[in-house]
Amino acid sequence: MTLSWLFDPAHWSGVDGIPVRLLQHLRYTLVAALAATLVAVPLGLFVGHTGRGGLVVVGGSNAMRALPTLGLVTFLFLVLGSGEVSALVALTVLAVPPVLAGTYAGIQDTDRGVVDAARGMGMTGWQRLWRVEVPNALPLLLGGVRNAVLQIVATTAVAAYVGLGGLGRFLLDGLRAFDYPKMVAGAVLVAALAMVLDLLLALLQRLVVPKGLRLAAGRRGRVPARAVERGGTDVAAAAATREGTSG
Amino acid sequence: MKRAWAVLALIATMVLAGCGGDPTKGGGGGGGGPLAIGSADFAESELLMELYAGALRSTGAQVQTRPRIGSREVLVRALQDGSLAVVPEYSGNLLNYLDKDASATKADEVYAQLRQKLPSGLEVLEKAAAEDKDVLVVTKETAQQRGLSSLEDLGPKCGDLVLGAAGEWRGRWEGRIRQLYGCAFKEIRTTDPAGPVTVEALRSGQVQVANLFTTASAIGVNGFVELADPKQMYPAQNVVPLVRSGAVDDRGRQALNRVSAALTTDKLAAMVRRIEVDKTSVVEVASGFLKENGF
Amino acid sequence: MLDDLSRYLGSESNRELVLTQLVQHVPLALLPLVVGVVLAIPLGWLAQRHPLVRTALLGSANVVYTVPSLAFFVVIPGIIGTQILDPVNVVAALSIYTAALLVRPVVDALDAVPAHVVAAATAMGYRPLRRFLAVELPLAVPVLVAGVRVASVSNISLASVGALLGVGGLGALFTSGFQTSYLPPILVGIVLTLVLALVMDLVLVGLRWLLTPWARAGGTR
Repeated sequence: MTLSWLFDPAHWSGVDGIPVRLLQHLRYTLVAALAATLVAVPLGLFVGHTGRGGLVVVGGSNAMRALPTLGLVTFLFLVLGSGEVSALVALTVLAVPPVLAGTYAGIQDTDRGVVDAARGMGMTGWQRLWRVEVPNALPLLLGGVRNAVLQIVATTAVAAYVGLGGLGRFLLDGLRAFDYPKMVAGAVLVAALAMVLDLLLALLQRLVVPKGLRLAAGRRGRVPARAVERGGTDVAAAAATREGTSG
Repeated sequence: MKRAWAVLALIATMVLAGCGGDPTKGGGGGGGGPLAIGSADFAESELLMELYAGALRSTGAQVQTRPRIGSREVLVRALQDGSLAVVPEYSGNLLNYLDKDASATKADEVYAQLRQKLPSGLEVLEKAAAEDKDVLVVTKETAQQRGLSSLEDLGPKCGDLVLGAAGEWRGRWEGRIRQLYGCAFKEIRTTDPAGPVTVEALRSGQVQVANLFTTASAIGVNGFVELADPKQMYPAQNVVPLVRSGAVDDRGRQALNRVSAALTTDKLAAMVRRIEVDKTSVVEVASGFLKENGF
Repeated sequence: MLDDLSRYLGSESNRELVLTQLVQHVPLALLPLVVGVVLAIPLGWLAQRHPLVRTALLGSANVVYTVPSLAFFVVIPGIIGTQILDPVNVVAALSIYTAALLVRPVVDALDAVPAHVVAAATAMGYRPLRRFLAVELPLAVPVLVAGVRVASVSNISLASVGALLGVGGLGALFTSGFQTSYLPPILVGIVLTLVLALVMDLVLVGLRWLLTPWARAGGTR
């Protein structure tokens, strides 16, 4: 039933067709992810490098996780008016915490011995940041971006409620007309988009592990893939594990 | 060891407690549980739901409200599968939903046809004089620039105009408006059921024509122009309670009929204005009306 | 703004409405925690013992976690045969999320139980099931609670999306405030969601304290 909906050529054209809705969804996702990265990465680098405000960042991003997406989207719509701008702001706001947490954790996770060695070699603060800490932080940072992208794809579907385009339209319009195949097709498309984007970012994440780190890990018997995975979808679970074992 | 069993016992108790006491589970009535009254997802429907709920409570019935469930498509199903007992409806749109080719447009004809077309297991009680029709509106500027005052004027110009309406509008009216007025919009943009998204889209110019309801206070507040519908594309829309057969007893039916008898378009519009503009709570507005009418 | 808010909360019927939605929200968000824990423990136990199960389970947990909530809510009735308006759909979807989130920490925690502890228990004559319940599971409690804390926050926030499907809860305050362009109910809903998440978090921390007496035996942690 759903399959025949998905493959009906009538659903592949026009302003309410699958390609248009898919591209809209993708565009909102990319814009919000980019905006969130531009805000969160510098902030995370600053906090991670200087160690100032770490508590605020961690506590703040945990509290933000509890923000209900539907509440934020409707609130911003009423405050800012026009659907698209307010929805993009809401998507960005919700994507900042994971990127911030990933960046901060990545910098914090850098082996202190390595940073000290860099200092001993006479590197300045900037040099240490760019040549040592950032490359070491990249896998976790990208893990944060992965989480953010998942969050945005999901929230964009919800934001269809305030008149946003994207794949969420199929879900909500299908629901209103009780068109179950349409609803499920929308759900399948949103889930597929989320998985494909997550997979692409996972690949990218594997590529950016610095060579030095990989070699060192090989020598010390530490598997870099594990570090990568920790930054991935289950950053939350990993954080939970870490927090749990220390408490 | 003791501790492990304590953990398991705790978990088991929580599961059991949770299963027993789920307050969100709706009872459709009939089975001795409370009567569930639902509403569509807009303020007026919620108001009517509260009016019905209050009237039924006055007969001593146990009543539970399920506001903002969704569109007619969802509500009718919820009545049929027993999740709901009563929902407020509009005669014309309900008829159109049951029979896409229904031709009646006048209030009494619509009501008579509606009673014939209802599937077994569902029935409508007496209709109110109050009406809330769908209406296409444009901004004052658009009306002046393009010389629009009715759908007849609109027809030939539809090709340049974008309509903003709820998701289900396309399926219900796209064919009908083309047939009656020769109107094929440049684009039909999905907004929401005559709510803030639609109003905002029209005000900001994202759409040039919007589908609202005649009682919507946004029309007066923004000075939107309602386009006349001489060929009566949108049929009469009297407020009417749609009930699952056997769910409401005779006293309940009489109470609902008394609500309908007291409800006029002006009163309905005034109540909607109090909710949408003065932000009075739906329950308060409803109980005011019920008190005035001796419930 | 504050005037609006105090006017909104000044009305008794509004306060009643808010309370009703809060009461509906709690089971929507918290039942899944219980179900998720109950599912994740045996699954984690299986996964820790069988490498194949581990790969399959951890892989599918990651996939489940990428499925957006609204999509999940909508598909569930088709899978488990419930009515579309049934709050059970939301509970089921959130339970699956919770289980997916918890499986990995459970496996990690069981992995982390020192081999000599397991060996000692075996030597004392514990059979595998009893050993699991009496030794391995209690040692995993801190990790499990940490996972549940993450799941609790995310469930409390996600449950409000159910309002788009006509399921009650605090999400209904967002949709009704939105439809009448009225901020106070939305603000109240957001604040209550945050407060509920905070309270639940404190409860879980308390629960961990109760369940891990050995951790406080030394005085400081």
